[in-house]
Amino acid sequence: MKKYIIKRLIQSIPILLGITIMTFAIMQLAPGNPMETMINPKISPEEMQKMRDSMGLNEPIHIQYFNWIKEVVQGNLGYTVKTGQPVSELILERLPATLLLTGSAFVMAFVIGIPLGVYSATHRYKAGDYLLTVFSFIGISIPSFFLGLGLIFIFALKLGWLPTSGMLTIGADYTGFALAGDYLKHVIMPATVLALPTIAVVMRFTRSSMLEVLNQDYIRTANAKGLDKNKVNLKHALRNALIPVITIFGLSIPFLFGGAYITEYIFNWPGMGSLGIQSIVAREYPVIMALNLFTSVLVMSGNLIADIMYAWADPRIRY
Amino acid sequence: MTQQFAQEIEIKPKKKGVFETDAWKRFKQNKLAVFGAVLLSLFVFVALLAPVLAPYDPYVSQVNELGTYDVHASPSADHLLGTDSLGRDMLSRLIYGARVSLSVAFAAVLIATITGVILGIIAGYYGKWVDTAIMRLTDIVICFPVLFLAISIATILKPSIFNVMIIIGLVSWTTMTRLVRGEVLRIRETEYIEAARAMGQNNLIIMAKHILPNIMAPIVVQATLQTAEAILTESALSFLGVGVQQPVPSWGNMLNEATSILVLQFKPWIWIPAGLAILLTILCINFVGDGLRDALDPKTKKT
Repeated sequence: MKKYIIKRLIQSIPILLGITIMTFAIMQLAPGNPMETMINPKISPEEMQKMRDSMGLNEPIHIQYFNWIKEVVQGNLGYTVKTGQPVSELILERLPATLLLTGSAFVMAFVIGIPLGVYSATHRYKAGDYLLTVFSFIGISIPSFFLGLGLIFIFALKLGWLPTSGMLTIGADYTGFALAGDYLKHVIMPATVLALPTIAVVMRFTRSSMLEVLNQDYIRTANAKGLDKNKVNLKHALRNALIPVITIFGLSIPFLFGGAYITEYIFNWPGMGSLGIQSIVAREYPVIMALNLFTSVLVMSGNLIADIMYAWADPRIRY
Repeated sequence: MTQQFAQEIEIKPKKKGVFETDAWKRFKQNKLAVFGAVLLSLFVFVALLAPVLAPYDPYVSQVNELGTYDVHASPSADHLLGTDSLGRDMLSRLIYGARVSLSVAFAAVLIATITGVILGIIAGYYGKWVDTAIMRLTDIVICFPVLFLAISIATILKPSIFNVMIIIGLVSWTTMTRLVRGEVLRIRETEYIEAARAMGQNNLIIMAKHILPNIMAPIVVQATLQTAEAILTESALSFLGVGVQQPVPSWGNMLNEATSILVLQFKPWIWIPAGLAILLTILCINFVGDGLRDALDPKTKKT
């Protein structure tokens, strides 16, 4: 196990390097010199000139890349073009909201998806199974912005049950349960929009994995012994059926972070996603690139954790 | 004697047409897939015949009886789906939007499929460092969320329909590469490939003539499912204003107006039809893709 983890960690080094090279390459496409945006615009002109020289803006591209990496490793992701604010500060400010939203959606996806998948598998080819199949197709097909607008239209504008946007009621000074309730009211729609495709995928995956396990001899034996059907399904079958579902953990992470951009934009959620969309409108290339770098590293770490969890849950797996 | 022999050879079983194969029979049994295929053909038909079917010019603002531009008109006999903020007929824009959205998706998938298949076959066939290099590249690109990567590149490049096609194509080849590589690894060691290699056959010919035709089924299925994703990405890009640009209608940019709460609440004809069109198209493509998977590859279990 330890050996596997170390091997996986070493494997991710070239990927990490590749991510930075790709981000740097895309930055080169943007108008202006990307390295200019790495210099704090609030320092004096002489210091700025000194920085320019030390960063080697006239050097060949690979030297510029190494200089850029040196800055990134030290936490300098550049400065915004318009306000001169450090990009890393901006992102860290927005990170908690995004983690809250994607976390809520992540929990929702598995808490709802797995039971639905089990139901679908144990009621195979019955009406409920067909209904859930169609539901899962709709889940992976509906564009998030259309679903988001539709939910706002129905639940916020027509029925008035939920707020249209934001994370907390502005100006309200809630504490304790009132605060949690206020958050829940705000998060339910964006989390649903973000989670729906993943719920559908988790459900289908649980279903097929469950069906496979249900066909195995030890389940037949358990049933033949006359054990309680529910006990067999939930205790004997589900435990093994859930192992492959762990792969969806890893797969869902890039999906959730990618989906967060549109979802946050629609619901005006104060996270990295809406920051990204605002930066696109304002053509703030340093922010866009830093977000790309940041999310891809997050996604890579997520995949790494999922792989390790998978190996931990199923000792037969070692690649 | 030789003539008789030649005659015997000619009595081969007639080659089966597409509609007589087992795959077609399996596909026909899948009701959702047939439903999807029929509806999808209808959409393609509408897109092709857009100039004939559209009641108005999608680029021209309509004038009402009072002589002013007919802005945000609600649905009526004249304009079945109403008009938009510039007084353009929504039904006509929806019909022309089908053209734009579908063609962008097809072109993007073509680019993604060609890239993915070539990289996948090369990686799987040559193995060793070539495989490692290509698969590491795939691992890297997969770390970037497709949508945001596409958005970032679209922001930097000049927005145009062709750029949208190329961007979506270039960010979505990874799944195909992984799939094709896996398939090639599976059949690389089979006898007929070994035989071809032993006879000194050119590697390119082995890949194109002996490997590719045998892995077409999963490629077709994946390309179909990828089309659904491409439509989704295009509509999201256009919705955000970095994809297909006004005045060209695309289903995505037709929903853009709904970001205003007033339009969202009081003018649902502006955004519901285009949204439904996207949803239905993607749904049908997914139905067809699923049906194709079951039909072409009965070994894989239905997931």
